[in-house]
Amino acid sequence: MQEFTNTETISFEQLDELVLWINKIHGFNFTGYSRASLKRRVTRIMELRGLSLFDLKSLLVNDFNFLEEFIIEITVNVTEMFRDPTFYRALREKVLPYLASFQRIKVWNAGCSTGEELYSFAILLSLEKLYNRAFLYGTDINTYVLDIAKKGIYDLKQMKVYSENYMATGATGTLADFYTAEYDAASINHSLKKNTLFSVHNLVSDGVFNEFQLISCRNVLIYFNVELQKQVLNLFYESLCPFGFLCLGAKESMRDLDLLKKFKIVDKTENIYQKIA
Amino acid sequence: MLNLTSNIISKIQNAEILLIGCSAGGFNLVYELVASLPAKFPLPVIVIIHRSRKYKSSMEDLLDSKSRIQVKLSEDKENVKKGCVYFAPPDYHLLLEPEGCFSLDSSEPVLFSRPSIDVTFKSVADVYNDKVIAMLLSGANEDGADGLCYIHDKGGLVIVQDPDSAEVRRMPEAALTRCKGGLVLNNPDIFTFLKSIATNRK
Ligand SMILES: C[S@@+](CC[C@H](N)C(=O)[O-])C[C@H]1O[C@@H](n2cnc3c(N)ncnc32)[C@H](O)[C@@H]1O
Repeated sequence: MQEFTNTETISFEQLDELVLWINKIHGFNFTGYSRASLKRRVTRIMELRGLSLFDLKSLLVNDFNFLEEFIIEITVNVTEMFRDPTFYRALREKVLPYLASFQRIKVWNAGCSTGEELYSFAILLSLEKLYNRAFLYGTDINTYVLDIAKKGIYDLKQMKVYSENYMATGATGTLADFYTAEYDAASINHSLKKNTLFSVHNLVSDGVFNEFQLISCRNVLIYFNVELQKQVLNLFYESLCPFGFLCLGAKESMRDLDLLKKFKIVDKTENIYQKIA
Repeated sequence: MLNLTSNIISKIQNAEILLIGCSAGGFNLVYELVASLPAKFPLPVIVIIHRSRKYKSSMEDLLDSKSRIQVKLSEDKENVKKGCVYFAPPDYHLLLEPEGCFSLDSSEPVLFSRPSIDVTFKSVADVYNDKVIAMLLSGANEDGADGLCYIHDKGGLVIVQDPDSAEVRRMPEAALTRCKGGLVLNNPDIFTFLKSIATNRK
């Protein structure tokens, strides 16, 4: 993403007004999102397409396809397989042995983007011979990324970085054991896809839809303000089975004291928590 | 000897935040600069440096133990306060919310950089407007030039390390080509300048 002009394209006041307006017209509620991030994303759309605020609004009203693109553009979808290898190491060492004691292992990957994180979990579970007992749900607000996630086909060039991440987790074998390469595409093995389901779920407005042994929501909460973070963490609490695990991103720790009382900290640096009350 | 014009002094008096951006060749200087700050430096300081996510850097911890002022990595939704130097964590962009707290952001690198100096400089300027002092030091790419222009156009005070005293001149040089009107300082003057912030704001 190139940074463009030297003058402000949209002010915070205009942004707030736009956000309220989108909620009213389309029912998408971005009021609890990080305003700094939204401002940067909206600025980028306006600059790339040469739109004034007026143009932007009329496109949003008149062109449904544009609304879809807009949602994709203002949310950040960047992801990787085995992003933060030390997290996956902690998961294998501290969480999977415990998960093995559950009869069924239901995993919810909230804000899964294009699926790389979910397939990383699938690989970890299969290495520990837990995959057949497991079912993984990937959810996001964005249908475009979910379609990519369902296909499980990625750019082969990306696999180089992902393989390095994989090695750094200390797992046995190589990442190449889990995909087949064809031309410039890497296709995740079918056996890893069979116990997965990707579907739309909006963390802001949708509620509990199942009970999970493990919930992972990484690099999503940083785009929310403190109030919305708390609301979503409560949703996760309600969605976890007793002694279920919650994994947050490397820079997303649970700070709310009322919530912290109900969790045990399993790993302080990797932000892994277990529901205990 | 550093002679500051009355215009610059009034900008110093008006400022509410100090930003420092640096990359290749600038780490030692940043280290010395932060270590020279008094415990009650009158502005919050945000430092953006480019470094690899692969190696766990302990620059903040080391500096915190060696400096009079508190030094730490900035955390998501942490409030910005004076008397503290905040480093951007590797592998995230650092944004500032109008409410006065940080947000971390894992979107695409900008000019191959995450954290990006441009991104933070612009984001801070959107909140603090003309009450920003921004410094750009040594580095091997062109990050920071855009951000400096943006701050300059909003009326903030822009300082560029003299390319002749920078270990790697590309970054300050790019900034000077793009952004006219910045104050160019050599290394000793940069230290003097920081001192003058402390005295002019008492
Ligand atoms: C930066 S990606 C994180 C991907 C992955 N979890 C990771 O850590 O690599 C953030 C994802 O959150 C999704 N998201 C944003 N707001 C959401 C919401 N209200 N409900 C569900 N997902 C949301 C975005 O569409 C995006 O795919």
